[in-house]
Amino acid sequence: MLLAILPFLMGFGLGNAWVRVLDFVLLYVLLAIGLNIVVGYAGLLDLGYIAFYALGAYLYAWLASPHFGLHLPFWLVLPLGAMLAGLFGVLLGAPTLRLRGDYLAIVTLGFGEIIRIFMNNLNAPFNLTNGPQGMNLIDPVSIAGFSFGKPLHVFGMTFPPTYFYYYLFLAFTLLAIFVALRLQDSRIGRAWAAIREDEIAAAAMGINTRNMKLLAFAMGATFGGLAGGLFAAFQGFISPESFNLWESILVLCMIVLGGMGNIPGVILGAVLLTVIPEALRYLGDLQRATLGHVAVDPADLRMLLFGVALVAMMLFRPAGLLPSHQRKREFAAEDGVAEQEQANLYDTRA
Amino acid sequence: MSTASLLQVSCVTKRFGGLAALEEVSLDVRAGEIYGLIGPNGAGKTTLFNCMTGLYSLTSGAVKLAGAPLQGLKPHQIVKCGFARTFQNIRLFANMTALENVMVGRHPRSRAGILGAVLRGRGTRAEEADIRDQARSLMDYVGLHNKGRTLAGHLAYGDQRRLEIARALATEPKLLALDEPVAGMNPSERRQMGELFLRLRAGGVTLLLIEHDVKLVMGLCDRVAVLDYGRKIAEGDAASVQRDAAVIAAYLGSTPVGAAPT
Repeated sequence: MLLAILPFLMGFGLGNAWVRVLDFVLLYVLLAIGLNIVVGYAGLLDLGYIAFYALGAYLYAWLASPHFGLHLPFWLVLPLGAMLAGLFGVLLGAPTLRLRGDYLAIVTLGFGEIIRIFMNNLNAPFNLTNGPQGMNLIDPVSIAGFSFGKPLHVFGMTFPPTYFYYYLFLAFTLLAIFVALRLQDSRIGRAWAAIREDEIAAAAMGINTRNMKLLAFAMGATFGGLAGGLFAAFQGFISPESFNLWESILVLCMIVLGGMGNIPGVILGAVLLTVIPEALRYLGDLQRATLGHVAVDPADLRMLLFGVALVAMMLFRPAGLLPSHQRKREFAAEDGVAEQEQANLYDTRA
Repeated sequence: MSTASLLQVSCVTKRFGGLAALEEVSLDVRAGEIYGLIGPNGAGKTTLFNCMTGLYSLTSGAVKLAGAPLQGLKPHQIVKCGFARTFQNIRLFANMTALENVMVGRHPRSRAGILGAVLRGRGTRAEEADIRDQARSLMDYVGLHNKGRTLAGHLAYGDQRRLEIARALATEPKLLALDEPVAGMNPSERRQMGELFLRLRAGGVTLLLIEHDVKLVMGLCDRVAVLDYGRKIAEGDAASVQRDAAVIAAYLGSTPVGAAPT
């Protein structure tokens, strides 16, 4: 209910710019849920996740923009983008099956950068991606002849496209949450958790670790590709700039901050890390109003606060803001065990 | 007891570089027996386990379970054939609950895929309920009553050993290989474990046991093989192995013939 009227509250209360922020919040929630399948469920540290986002976005741009003169409908392009990303997920997963932890992180990081560099340079000899200039005039989503690209005028009010995209993104995000929750509590989810805990023991329990890891990569990448397609349609413009390493790390931070493996935590992390930087913009206005000039640039402050927040997290809530039951128990029980040992110590003294 | 052969290990050799960890080891485990594998530290017992269960590839030799070759198969395929194992250094999924650990063991005997998990149709729900029920009854079977919600990593040491056995049993093995299942347990815990092994045998599971506790091995095992420096030096029933000169030499050191007693 609140989700349904949220854009109107934000729009009238804080201005239409905030509806746009809401749209991005939903996109990042979608990305974070996808990455959580790989990192949180299966325990495979992926630092190149944004590459799948890029693939989904570029496929959308190729199939629905003047670049190749193709204008396929979004309900066709979006699943294709998700599938392409899923395929690349398997392509990335296959050679990295034997790698874990740090080594896997380095290879995935390389993969993410390779995709971005490809996008940056594939304007010659054949202009595939239009290079650093990016691709423009991407078709907006249109459903049953109603284009999301133009604002709607009703009852003397104007609703910009951000409102329509909000509901579209919301639908996809809810779908993603549903799928992720169902997967977590299933035979597949248990197999992923087992691999995360101990890969050798998982294999000794009859789990095909190769297939399960590829499946995790593919599922995560599919969500990323979906988000990428939505992003391209929403922005109407994409360039390699949008898919740099920082974005990968940001999405990973959302998961870690919110609580790895736990969907509500992941959502909270995505919301906070998207909204807070936007809210910090007001600090600039505040400084102008009180000091008459901008003493500290909010953009710089953003990074500082970000760092402080992450360090504070590690100290005070190492399992995340909303940890999964498992992790909560794990961290809480460590204290419990210590207490018990102490109690035993007193017993023997008494 | 039937005398049909269940596991045949023939001439298995495993080399790590120049080091021969196993040299032409052959075993023959019959269906329905408890087969003990003993030997001094570093004799190659665990290496043999790892070779049989697909964690190591064989340098040469063959392993057959009920006539079907196992060498070259992946660990998960071997489990599916009906050969489960536990580990010497307990390898539970420490941050999953005890019940979830056993439920993971049902993986090779259940089918739900991505679509089933997402749509959760009637078939998937029934399978999931079945997995849960079986996991619960297995926990009761090994004596872990009401511990399903405890994190596996927080169980007492002896309970972790039991849980590992329950988890292995969930895969419905014909042959269960236990790597030092009573190491570090006190005498009463050992006795309880011994009773569990007898119950398992009575239930139709063949056991292959690596153990250091000679008393337990001698009391439980129908037959025993002794490994030393990667070679099998003796095989037979417990009493005859105990009297075997080579075994005594391996454990206590040999006395050169005619050496003067000190």
